[in-house]
Parts: sequence; structure tokens; C-alpha cells
Amino acid sequence: MTLLTVRNLRVSYPTRTGTVEAVRGISFTLGRERLGIVGESGSGKSQTGRAIMGLTPPNAIISADRLEFGGIDLIHATPAQRRALRGNRVAMVLQDPKYSLNPVMTIGRQIAETLLTHERLPRAEVKARVIAMLAAVRISDPERVHDLYPHEVSGGMGQRAMIAMMLIARPELLIADEPTSALDVTVQLEILGILDRLVAERGMGLIFISHDLRLVSSFCDRVLVMYAGRVVEELDSGHLEQARHPYARGLLDCVPKLGQDRHPLPVLDRRPEWGA
Amino acid sequence: MTDILAIDHLHVWFDDYHALDDVSIAVARGGALGLVGESGSGKSTLLRAVAGLVPSAAGTIGVAGGIVSGTKRGRDFYRRVQMVFQDPYGSLHPRQTVDRQLMEPLAIHGEARDSERRIPRALDEVGLGASFRFRYPHQMSGGQRQRVAIARALIVEPEILLLDEPTSALDASVQAEVLNLLEQVRRDRGLTFVMVSHDLGVVTHMCERLAVMRGGRVVETLAAPDLAAGRVAEDYTRALMRASKGFSRVA
Repeated sequence: MTLLTVRNLRVSYPTRTGTVEAVRGISFTLGRERLGIVGESGSGKSQTGRAIMGLTPPNAIISADRLEFGGIDLIHATPAQRRALRGNRVAMVLQDPKYSLNPVMTIGRQIAETLLTHERLPRAEVKARVIAMLAAVRISDPERVHDLYPHEVSGGMGQRAMIAMMLIARPELLIADEPTSALDVTVQLEILGILDRLVAERGMGLIFISHDLRLVSSFCDRVLVMYAGRVVEELDSGHLEQARHPYARGLLDCVPKLGQDRHPLPVLDRRPEWGA
Repeated sequence: MTDILAIDHLHVWFDDYHALDDVSIAVARGGALGLVGESGSGKSTLLRAVAGLVPSAAGTIGVAGGIVSGTKRGRDFYRRVQMVFQDPYGSLHPRQTVDRQLMEPLAIHGEARDSERRIPRALDEVGLGASFRFRYPHQMSGGQRQRVAIARALIVEPEILLLDEPTSALDASVQAEVLNLLEQVRRDRGLTFVMVSHDLGVVTHMCERLAVMRGGRVVETLAAPDLAAGRVAEDYTRALMRASKGFSRVA
């Protein structure tokens, strides 16, 4: 079943020195599966995620032949329709919990806010659901964390709270934009494990955005490699070695790996014709 | 080979928190030591204690034969030891041009009259052309900024470079470029590196010896090939190794 259809999506920003085209005509469809989007900074991967969420700044120009989520035309949806979708049916996990959580609201209240925006529930049930959700992201002491402020918890805990907040309304599509880049290696795996389990259990569609091709491919079923606002290659995550595009190969090769002696490291030789 | 940097039984306290607990490490001249561990393990604190950015409570820090203590460091010390920080967005002055940022260390060391020659050379060495000389940080990408930070550290011709996660704020593809640059300058100048990173792949690529830190202590020191071959004694080191292999569904 197709959850999301994107056909020829373009995002551009008018500036004083001309129009900057951040996304230049990308197309894909997503079912209840895990899709990775990989690329360097400036490749348009985050702009793609934000355009689907409807979080693009108002000065941007978005156009697409089709941008549909669950039968709803997102291009012509009113702001009220999009608000009803956001958080409820489509949710997004951002990179750094230090900046994306509200610093003056307790974690429990922030999570409850998502729920109360879309549903009317008795207070006791809200609290019970928030605590159950905190337990689901493997916070060992949910009652205590419920009443803490974001500065009182670690980065890993904050990111778990963020995931809890995004999943409490049981969305059908989750967009995760570099959800673990701000975290420690050991914590990263834990967070990915939690995300993986919840996505599988609840049968959500997932778009995982990152610059780390290897990480994404270990997590997703399918990977889109983006360069300069376009998809240059689509890969089956089990067959990374079959990557043909020199950019995708370069992304794989440039990471130093344990037990490999390569001096100097191969670097990306970016060619203008890739972006053409 | 003599040890250019010798740290003996170093302790650092932040009020009641024991951030470094009896740490002893030594780095030979021209060597490279990697410090690995998760956040809060004390690896950055150790670098900062050497640079005099945090006070040490007990123990000694020996740099090229001389002993330094407290947070006081002479000009002579900073001539020998320079540091590159994690975030190039935060470590460059946002309202100064590259030229001015590179002028400052020269001025501090009384060599400003030589700047016409040395600033273009320093930029050239880190692979930035003369066109970058009068740019502001916001006009450059993260990788270019980190190159400026490296140029600023190298312009006084130090012997020891302290690197605090120099590439973790950068994309994988830009990381490779910066790592190659660091290796190149180390080879050309015979520099000594102390490098902090949480990425075991990066550390073993750059350094021949590693110290694994946890809870303010060095739990294991080993040679890079041993780590690559999995010859490690501590469970904690093994956990870090697993983490660096990436996500797997069975784990």
C-alpha cells in the first residue's frame, strides 16, 4: 500500500542573488517500509523531509506534479489540514534534543501536548499514556522523567523523549532527520534499536535522513542517494557494493574503518556533471 | 625516542565531581595518541587540562621536559602546543576575517611583521586559496572553517597539536579531506598529535596508540593494530568496538 507519493518535487528559495534550488525534481513512493535518504550537507535531503512535513519557511517555493500522503494532496492542502496531519499522522524526529525540546516545559507536558492537540482525553488517561510511551522508549524510571525539564536529562534520554513525543499519537509516517548524529556512539545504537523496534511493531513508514550511508543502509530497506538536489542513485540496502554512481561509491569509501590501512583516505572528486 | 608529553597521576575535580582520576599517559615525539570513550569519560577534559583550560588538582603535566601546572601557561608553551576544537562554527570569531584570525597568533608571538608571507602560506598549506583570506566564517562551509582553525593552530609552528573531535561536526566526505590534511601536516612537520574522538575508525586511522577512557580513568592503552585485530582486554573497549560497527538488528 502506498503511503506517500512524491513526483517531481522542487523546493527553491528566491534570494537577492538569484534563485537557489535546494531540491530539483525528486520522485519516490513510500509504503510501510524504511527508506533512507543520504547525501552531504546541501544535497537537499533535509529540505525534502521538511517539504513533506510542511515545515518549509514561507518564502520558499514548492512545486510538485504530485505530493500525496494517504490520499491527501499536500500541495493544495490548507494550513489547517496540514496542522491536523502533523504530529497525528506524520511526525518528525529532529537532530539535536538540546534545541528541539522546549526548555521551559517538563518532558511529560511536552509529550502530552502532542496528544492533546489531536485528541480530547481525560487527564488521568493522558498521563497514563505518556508514561506508557516513555516506558516504550526504554526509559527505566518514566514517572520521574515525566516531571523533569529537558536540561535535567542527558542527550540520549532527551532523544528518547523526542521519539516518545513523535510516536504517542501513533503516526503512520515518521521522518527522522539525523536522529542520532548529536549522540555518542554507544547511545546511538540504543536509540536506533528503539526506533527500529517501534517502527516494526507499529507498522509505520519511515524516512531516515543521514549523511552516513553505511548507517542508513544497516537500518533501511532502500536508500536514495542525493546530490545537489537530485536523486543520483537508488540502492537496495543489502547490495551497497553494487552502487554504480561515483558519488555513492565515494560516500562508501571515504569513511575510515577498523582494520583497514588506507593512507591517504580516498576523497570525493565532485564533478559538476553529476548535478546536471 | 623521548616523550614530548608526559602526564603523571593527573587529577581534575569540578567541585565534587572527579572528572579525571589518576590519569597517566605519555606520548613520544612525533607520535600520535588517540583518546576514545563516551561523553563524560574525561577525554576532552584531559586535553583541556594539558592546554590549561581547566585546573588540575594534583599530578604533573610535562611538556618537552618542562613541567606546567595550574592553568597558567607561558607564551613559550603555546608556541609548542596548539589546539583544534570540535565545532568550527564556535571556535572562529564570527566578525573577524580569516586574515585577522590568523594574524592574532602571530601578533601574540611578536611576529606580525612577517604576516604578509606567513598568512598566505598557512592558507595554502591547509588547501585554501588566497581568495579565502578576507572571508568571514559565515561565508565558508564547515570543512573550510575547520581548515582555517587548523591553519590558525599551525601558523605558530607548534610541536604538539591537541585535536578535540576535529571532524565530528563534519560530513563523512568532508571528514576524509580533513583527516588527510592532518596526516599530511603531521608527516611534513613531524608533529605530535593527541586526538580525541568517539569514532574508533577515525582514531585507529590517525593514531598508532590508543587510550580508552571511562569515568575519568584510562582503562586500557593499546596499539592501533591490536584494536583492529580485536586483541583487547576490557569489555568496555569491546562494547565501543561493537558500537563503531554500526547498527545491526540482532544486537
